[in-house]
Amino acid sequence: MTDTDDRPEQRARARPVRDGIALGLAVGVSGVAFGAAAVGSGMTVAQACVLSLLAFTGASQFALAGAVAGGAGLIGGVAGAILLGSRNALYGLRLADLLPRRGVRRLVAAHGVIDETTAVTLAQPDVAAARLGFLATFVTIYLTWNLTTLLGAFGAGRLGSPQSLGIDVVGPAAFLALIWPRLRAGRTERAAGLAGAMIALATTPFLPTGVPVILAATAALISPQPDSARPDYPQPGAP
Amino acid sequence: MTGVWVAVLVTAAGCYALKLTGLVVPKSVLASPRVRRFAGLVPVALLAALVAVQAFAAGRSLTVDPARLAGLGAAVAALVLRAPFLVVIVVAAGTAAVLRALGAA
Repeated sequence: MTDTDDRPEQRARARPVRDGIALGLAVGVSGVAFGAAAVGSGMTVAQACVLSLLAFTGASQFALAGAVAGGAGLIGGVAGAILLGSRNALYGLRLADLLPRRGVRRLVAAHGVIDETTAVTLAQPDVAAARLGFLATFVTIYLTWNLTTLLGAFGAGRLGSPQSLGIDVVGPAAFLALIWPRLRAGRTERAAGLAGAMIALATTPFLPTGVPVILAATAALISPQPDSARPDYPQPGAP
Repeated sequence: MTGVWVAVLVTAAGCYALKLTGLVVPKSVLASPRVRRFAGLVPVALLAALVAVQAFAAGRSLTVDPARLAGLGAAVAALVLRAPFLVVIVVAAGTAAVLRALGAA
């Protein structure tokens, strides 16, 4: 590398921001699917928007919308939605070292602890990059998710169906892209991912919506020990 | 409708409380290697589970939606070719949308 000294540092700062914004935009737009689904299930536009603003965790929101639509007891729907949000507590456990430790900043940061911010944050090589990545992802996805929830809620029934636009594939494709580097990282990760997927699919017919995914967390307990010590921060794209 | 509002607000409160819980658990808990390992693998297990469920489940029944699976297959191909994130998403959704528009699936 014959360039000036500050270029690697600039790149180190640009990358988490770029990753966060790209992911935030890509996943945030699926708020349109949630907005449409929520209003389609019988929620008002205001209810859909408040849920996106205050719950801000997609799977739980979809779960609650599904419960409202299914006419299954709301108490069960709330329990399922909150249970589904419990994975965010586990993400927080992992992120605690990397995010602000106290005060209002921690209270605000907590709201941003979701699948996407966790993935971007943990993919960074150091604490400074991790915080930048978290912030970029959180801000981008929060704005995009809430704006598109509003659009989807208003547009429900007027635009094409989310299915015809392939929006139902956005979620799984995004999650797959997020764990891809981890799956490449080692046998332990692949075992945990495969076991998690199998547990969730095997229990889906027998448990309330949302619970199988929570149950899949047990895959992290039963997976084999790692082969050797690895760096704390997985690096996606690294050969 | 009041019931739905209560459900919305309780869900929001519960989800926020859970997010905060992870950040405020005592340092001593985090120091355990077993907890660290568990927390490290949990996102992989849960996200893989979400992929599987969103790919194959419709509510509580398992279904095979050819267009959706083709979209995911396209995503895997894009990932193997090391495509950037946005490209992976567009390729996946586009594949499903085109197949459905053609009525092929």
